[in-house]
Amino acid sequence: MKLQPVLGIVLRQLYLMRSSPIRVIPLFAWVAVDIVLWGFIARYLNSIGSGKIDFTAQLLGAVLFWDLFTRIMQGVTVAFLEDVWTRNFLNLFATPLRISEYVCGLVLSSIGTSVLGLLAMLVLATCVFGLDFLGLGLLLVPVVGILFVFGIALGIVASAMVLRWGPASEWLIWPIPALLAPFAGVFYPVATLPAWMQSISSALPPSYVFEALRATLAGRPVVVDGLLWAGAIAVVELVLSGAVFAAVHRYVMRSGLLARYSAESVV
Amino acid sequence: MRRAHREPGCAGPDAIDRRPVVVTSNSAPVLEVRALSKRFGAKLAVKEVTFSIRHGEIVGLVGPNGAGKTTTINMILGVLDASAGSVTVAGLDIERHRSEALARSNFAATYAALPGNLTVEQNLRVIGLLYATPALGERVEQLVRQFELGPLRNTRCGLLSSGEQARVNLAKALMNRPELLLLDEPTASLDPAAAQTIREQIRALVQQNGCGILWTSHNMSEVEQVCDRVLFLSRGAILLEGDPRRLPGQHGARTLEELFIRIAREPLASAPDP
Repeated sequence: MKLQPVLGIVLRQLYLMRSSPIRVIPLFAWVAVDIVLWGFIARYLNSIGSGKIDFTAQLLGAVLFWDLFTRIMQGVTVAFLEDVWTRNFLNLFATPLRISEYVCGLVLSSIGTSVLGLLAMLVLATCVFGLDFLGLGLLLVPVVGILFVFGIALGIVASAMVLRWGPASEWLIWPIPALLAPFAGVFYPVATLPAWMQSISSALPPSYVFEALRATLAGRPVVVDGLLWAGAIAVVELVLSGAVFAAVHRYVMRSGLLARYSAESVV
Repeated sequence: MRRAHREPGCAGPDAIDRRPVVVTSNSAPVLEVRALSKRFGAKLAVKEVTFSIRHGEIVGLVGPNGAGKTTTINMILGVLDASAGSVTVAGLDIERHRSEALARSNFAATYAALPGNLTVEQNLRVIGLLYATPALGERVEQLVRQFELGPLRNTRCGLLSSGEQARVNLAKALMNRPELLLLDEPTASLDPAAAQTIREQIRALVQQNGCGILWTSHNMSEVEQVCDRVLFLSRGAILLEGDPRRLPGQHGARTLEELFIRIAREPLASAPDP
């Protein structure tokens, strides 16, 4: 893998962000809306509650981490969709650019935009609603790490879906985080779910992350094995997502979809 | 050192410098296409196409719409897998050494414009990184000067006229100093003056660098003017090959266009579906 082609993909995203405030605003705007909305809900619940539960930490923390995961996933897909929207595949894939370099460039672009969004969320949640983010201590490392890896994996799979089914299928990938949220146990313990939903939850690394967060906030010990297992699942899913993207790329090369890629419809 | 073969006394109706092209000592073809086929389901789009291009040679690939020109080019560009056959660029098989082979080729096509939301300079820099171009800043400046893109360097490509976009596409196509250049209708949608300028620039490029060019066009006078050799493709197969200035006479036609029309119609009327 060469560094320059990877930087080429990252630089393209940087140029787009620099030249268009419209692309920068969503990095901060939607997370700010979420933080403000859930921040006030948490404040209200704290005011009427018994005081045994800190809703700011429970709700706002959950929203913050789930938003982080969503931004990471969408960071990958939006970087990919830039090539869809500008019909740029011929210009990219007729160069020496390898698929691994391309995907790596998308991932690095996503990490850059997600970190910006994360910082905005942290500042807002801490300054306005007093969320003690750093109070989670070392738990932050696996929590953020697992969400990053899983978000990247899902972003790569979503990009593969659009590559396979055409530009119109972009509308299938935006709701993916919303579809996963009930299974991930963002706001409630996974044990609340029926058995069939729990079996799906077990394949989702965020479900272990949110269990660990709830345990910490409740003063219970974190199940380290659960986080290790979540990390292992996330890494396996990342590898699988790369394999899926490579397989889809081979398919569109063979079928001619890549060369004829257009914005008309789902194939 | 050898010179590209050119028949004497066959200068076409050209204003372009057609002095013999100095080519490199590399005797191997810069492009070798062998028995290349592409099947889409039941349809055989390209049928066992075989040809080669030497350094310093401009080869025209012509044929009616749907003849398989772009499919052939896409396979040479590595964005479409062949069903059978092989493509070798500068001695490198594109299937086994894709990245290395594509580092030695480049292309320009009107239907593959650079992203319109980036400026000319930004696009050239991104493309330069994709080709891992050494001394990228210097190379971008060279291309900006060569194609007189200075006043446009900070203009978004989507705002350029067709002629300006064609120049940017050519600058992009030369970024990696390719040994093989694929030009898919590079002058389509250009006015005659802009088209002539582009032709002259490409011809001059071959004179200077000795790269091989595969050129598709529907403009037969352009093919006659620019190309050293022409391949007639119809229904996915090469039907004729030769010097574009001699070929019409050899087949009882007055012009290349007349020959094109005849060849384009005959197989359509007689050839069975694959």
